[in-house]
Amino acid sequence: MALLEVKNLGVSFGGLRAVDEVDFHIEEGQLYGLIGPNGAGKTTIFNLLTGVYQPTEGTISINGENIIGKKTSDINLVGLGRTFQNIRLFHNMTVLDNIKTALDNQYKYSLLTSILKTPKYFAIEEEMDREAIKYLEVFGLADQADILASNLSYGPQRKLEIARALATKPKLLLLDEPAAGMNPNETVELMNTIKLVRDRFKITILLIEHDMKLVSGICEEIFVLNFGRELAKGIPSEVLKNQAVITAYLGE
Amino acid sequence: MKKENTNKNISKKVTNKKNIVSLVLIIAVYILLAVLVENKILNRQFRSMIVPIGANIMLAVSLNLVTGFLGELSLGHAGFMAIGAFTGAVFTLNSNLPGLLEFILAILIGGIVAGLFGFLIGVPVLRLKGDYLAIVTLGFGEIIRSIINSINFPSGLDPEGVRIMRKGTMGLTGIEIYSNYTWIYIATVITIIVIVNIVNSRFGRIMCSIRDNDIASESIGINVSKYKVITFVIAAFFAGVAGVIYAHNFAIMMPTEFDYNRSINILVFVVLGGMGSIRGSIIAAILLTVLPEFLRETSQYRMLIYSILLIGMMIFNNSDLKHKLIKKKA
Ligand SMILES: Nc1ncnc2c1ncn2[C@@H]1O[C@H](COP(=O)(O)OP(=O)(O)OP(=O)(O)O)[C@@H](O)[C@H]1O
Ligand SMILES: [Mg+2]
Repeated sequence: MALLEVKNLGVSFGGLRAVDEVDFHIEEGQLYGLIGPNGAGKTTIFNLLTGVYQPTEGTISINGENIIGKKTSDINLVGLGRTFQNIRLFHNMTVLDNIKTALDNQYKYSLLTSILKTPKYFAIEEEMDREAIKYLEVFGLADQADILASNLSYGPQRKLEIARALATKPKLLLLDEPAAGMNPNETVELMNTIKLVRDRFKITILLIEHDMKLVSGICEEIFVLNFGRELAKGIPSEVLKNQAVITAYLGE
Repeated sequence: MKKENTNKNISKKVTNKKNIVSLVLIIAVYILLAVLVENKILNRQFRSMIVPIGANIMLAVSLNLVTGFLGELSLGHAGFMAIGAFTGAVFTLNSNLPGLLEFILAILIGGIVAGLFGFLIGVPVLRLKGDYLAIVTLGFGEIIRSIINSINFPSGLDPEGVRIMRKGTMGLTGIEIYSNYTWIYIATVITIIVIVNIVNSRFGRIMCSIRDNDIASESIGINVSKYKVITFVIAAFFAGVAGVIYAHNFAIMMPTEFDYNRSINILVFVVLGGMGSIRGSIIAAILLTVLPEFLRETSQYRMLIYSILLIGMMIFNNSDLKHKLIKKKA
């Protein structure tokens, strides 16, 4: 059974058909790329997968479990983590607290424990600190743990957002243009980190990217979207030879 | 580097230095207060302000939880205070328990009933955002007041042993004066400690994350509406407690004391003290309770001077001067 199974997915905004008859599935452990020109509907697909929008038709299932109609927060608990195209950090919280908030689904204690500051409170908070630092270390952010997220520069902000999504322990991680706004060097470094994350945390990644070359470099399979519809999908070397894909990208 | 970070964040035990300093401070302030009151060093006017100051601190700190930490604008805090005040007063007027026990029970009952209303109102209302929430909570406060106006409250027995019913518009009379400086001090300190502890827990983190970005909070598995309601209920509870304490400071209590002006005043404490700053809320609540009393002498210009001072403080709060002063101190 595939980890993610999307069948005949579609959504309309008024008269606009933003996503139409989209079919794909992602196997466990895969690094899957979703590409397409501006306004193709890539982010909309992420919003459908995470329950931000409700599809007009189609099915989405994780390990066979239907997730349509579930709340965004419950979909995260089923195993979907995500980042956003326009960064959404908790800006007035520290870098460490951004991660600790994401750890909340794994480390719970009651309101009474909070109010009385029982030994349990200290024990759990300590454990959360240690765990959070681990995620920050993966992205080289550990020495900035105590500064406010808004004081990070752009590149580290993008990394923190990935670390935060990862800290929820998702089965499938959705990354919306993680390299947007980075220079070529930073981009290559980030792509290596993403590969490393996949191997180290043994998770599956679905990645949106503009740069066709970049995606085909690291993804095992890609899906090309155009005007909300499938243009091509499969292994990168074959998709890149596809005439329709070449036309769409040259015509961009 | 790694060690430093982890150590810094884990230096938390109940008996750490900061907590001991706080404890000493709490006791010292109480002793000072007791000396000032018992030796009549504070005049009558000042002594009469102690309970309102404490109640206002509790109101400001609890509203800050909703406005400063959760990031929701609520204009109905006086409504929850009124619920606590009337529930608590009706309870003490009609019960025959020994004083202290009666008062403590009244505080709990007033807080719980106010918290219950916080839940009933929070569930539908917290789906609204920003301006809408402000308007609906403002309306709620006024509705509570008109409901209180129209209820007949049992208020104790007359000399023949018949239960007296009083119309809400007439207010309640004959309320036992239980709120002395010791009780208000204890209640205020407990409120502050509880709220500070909540802010420093996972609940505080979740509140701040919702304030900073609710969509991102949902995306990491946080049930945003659930935690909004929890926050609202906690704040309503403490507003209710403040109401009970306030009610047992004077023999007479009128519903008009809990109108929207009071809600806005509480919000002013929070905004002036700084959103998300507990210390700021405390200082602002003290200053702005004492100030109007001082200005009583200049009666006709009182509100004018008060407003000007308020604007002045707001400007100071946002100025470079304040940051420079703080830096110098540090
Ligand atoms: N909430 C919405 N209401 C109306 N139209 C929307 C909404 N969200 C997206 N759209 C439209 O759907 C289309 C697809 O948008 P989407 O953001 O998914 O594109 P994208 O592939 O992510 O583009 P980009 O590469 O620019 O990020 C666009 O035409 C957009 O205007
Ligand atoms: Mg997009």
